[in-house]
Amino acid sequence: MNAPKLRLYVAGDTQNSLRARANLATLCRDCVAGPCEIEVVDILKEPMRALTDGVLMTPTLVRLGSPARRVVGTLSSFDVVVHALGLDDVGE
Amino acid sequence: MQSGNNVPPAHRDNYGAAGLLFRVLFRRSTDAVPRATAHDACTGIFDFRIDAVSTAARTSPTSKDHVRKSARSAGSAPIGKAPTGVVGFDDICGGGLPTGRTTLLTGGPGSGKTIFAMQFLVHGASRCKEPGIFVAFEESPHRIVANCASFGWDLENLQKKKALFLLSALPSPDLIQSGNFDLEGLLAAVGAKAHEIGARRIVFDALDISLALLPDESSRRREMYRLNEWLLANRFTGLVTAKAGDVGLDSISPAGHMHFMVDCAVCLNHRVDHGVSQRSLRVQKFRGSNFNEDELPFVIGSRGFDVAVARTLGRVEPTVSSARVSSGVERLDTMLGGGYYRGASVLITGFPGTAKTTLSGAFAEAACRRGERTMFVSFDSDGAEVIRNLESVGIRLEPYRKSGCLQMISARTMTGSAETLLVRIKTLAREHKARCLVIDPISTFAKVGNERTAHGVAERLIDWSKADGVTLMCTSLLDEMSNQAQGGTPLQISTLADTWIHLNYLVQAGERNRGMSIIKSRGTAHSNQVRELILSRDGVTLADIYTAGGEVLMGTMRWEKESSERIAAEVAEVAGKLKRVQLDAEEAVLEVRARSLQTELVAKQTEKALLARTTQSHDAEVKRGRIRMRELRGGDTGATEPK
Repeated sequence: MNAPKLRLYVAGDTQNSLRARANLATLCRDCVAGPCEIEVVDILKEPMRALTDGVLMTPTLVRLGSPARRVVGTLSSFDVVVHALGLDDVGE
Repeated sequence: MQSGNNVPPAHRDNYGAAGLLFRVLFRRSTDAVPRATAHDACTGIFDFRIDAVSTAARTSPTSKDHVRKSARSAGSAPIGKAPTGVVGFDDICGGGLPTGRTTLLTGGPGSGKTIFAMQFLVHGASRCKEPGIFVAFEESPHRIVANCASFGWDLENLQKKKALFLLSALPSPDLIQSGNFDLEGLLAAVGAKAHEIGARRIVFDALDISLALLPDESSRRREMYRLNEWLLANRFTGLVTAKAGDVGLDSISPAGHMHFMVDCAVCLNHRVDHGVSQRSLRVQKFRGSNFNEDELPFVIGSRGFDVAVARTLGRVEPTVSSARVSSGVERLDTMLGGGYYRGASVLITGFPGTAKTTLSGAFAEAACRRGERTMFVSFDSDGAEVIRNLESVGIRLEPYRKSGCLQMISARTMTGSAETLLVRIKTLAREHKARCLVIDPISTFAKVGNERTAHGVAERLIDWSKADGVTLMCTSLLDEMSNQAQGGTPLQISTLADTWIHLNYLVQAGERNRGMSIIKSRGTAHSNQVRELILSRDGVTLADIYTAGGEVLMGTMRWEKESSERIAAEVAEVAGKLKRVQLDAEEAVLEVRARSLQTELVAKQTEKALLARTTQSHDAEVKRGRIRMRELRGGDTGATEPK
């Protein structure tokens, strides 16, 4: 099974974005069995990507694929994130 | 486990000012998920403080240098105004919304927030060379485009010309949220787009939708500050709309704090009064500018918002005409010293059936005969009925209606608030290019549900007609029960009208007759006489009334009086003739007598002359006799001659 492709949209180093990055790192380490491919998009640096990708609220984590699934927020609740993005069965 | 993690270690440790606390909490959160959620909430206030301080410096990378200087220094210059293009609104607040500042627009469902906001952008884009961005949180952009087409706003075209950009920020219905988030990404995206098209006006429509997703009050407040600071920092003229329940500080959330934050706040109301929809708006605050603080009614018409605002100071006065227009009744023109003034407002009051419609019909016919475009708004009966009914009194409007000179509006079924009626009438009259306008009756404005607004509407009707130079004739129904001595109309427009004609009944000797009097007519020498209004197959005319023994006679009694006077005149004539004959006879007798006396006189004179001659000759005879006798006696003649 391929590693899930995740893309995290952040806005520079605002509190929420920093927390999301950290949470995502922990989440991948602790809650996902297999490897994850993670891309971080900083909207402050690439604002047009927010428009083209339709991601306006930061931070937002997207699992690419069809359908793309997304979770908005600091990803503080790992259960919710894992379930929403279907990361439960990764690597099993 | 860390294999796929792209976050560099440097980032993880780069926590800035909040680093220590954050790290402590973060560490805890990793092992206990529920507590992690709690930590987001409890550090909310902390986040907010940090952000509020740092936002201005962090806002948009494209304008960072600009930002530092501008965020707070904007206050020194006088406030510029961005015209909204909303009829009347720019008058209220002296030119428009504050440029480079934020305006909050609140209102309940269906109060017209989106339309107002869009009109602001459309006006800016098409008239002020100020491109705009519309951030839609609630309604999808293509639905907005479709809806706005009904106002004649071609949003597609504006978007093509890069004068407008609609950004869909609708939260997806299956949005899954975990923890706090912010609008920073959105603002960065909007900022980039604004830079691209040179936007000056930014609208955030239904911000509350997005705020509602935030987990707690402090996060909401933080995002509001973030938005406001961002708008200020970039000197955008911002308009944020949000829902509001009934006005009251406790219920204006979630945008509650926005009210205190922004420089200008406008509140839209939409209530139903006895089943009639009444819209109004009020500018709650406008820092650094004076504004009309009243709640003003508005309607959403075919061209967007139309705020009812009375004449403001400084508006150009319409030219006043001293030309006269005929009232359609010849004798009435005479009474008015030549007719109504052009552009005047004429009020005809009276009880039902006192021929108010007839009099206004006569006016309309006269106007059409002069070739002036006329509009007749009838609230009581159908236009066709009015025409038919007026035929019976010799007022023929049908040919003019056919030729297009006269437009009959059957407004009986026209519903809505007085304000809506006014706007519709104004629109129709402008479309028809009417020079004369009849509203029959204007008291309709004061129907149930409109009592409070009707007076203002009537005032503005008169104001508007004067400004447009339209000669306005309104009829007004007087309540049968209302005190006539009071002399007022329900709308109290009698004071505003230039000419006020009152029609009345006089019930007398089993008859009901119509009396007409001019109560006032500004600027014209008008008759003070009450006249009887007579309707006949040949038209409308006025008749003098008789006063006899302190009583006014009308109708049959007037006719009786007239005929009795005719008889009296004949009798007097006959009597005069008779007298002359008598005198002639007496004169003749006297003449005869005078002649006979003359004859007698002559006879007497002759007799007297004869007598004198006789006496003389007798004396002479006597003398001769005496002389003869003396001679005969031989006496001494000549010596003793007796005298």
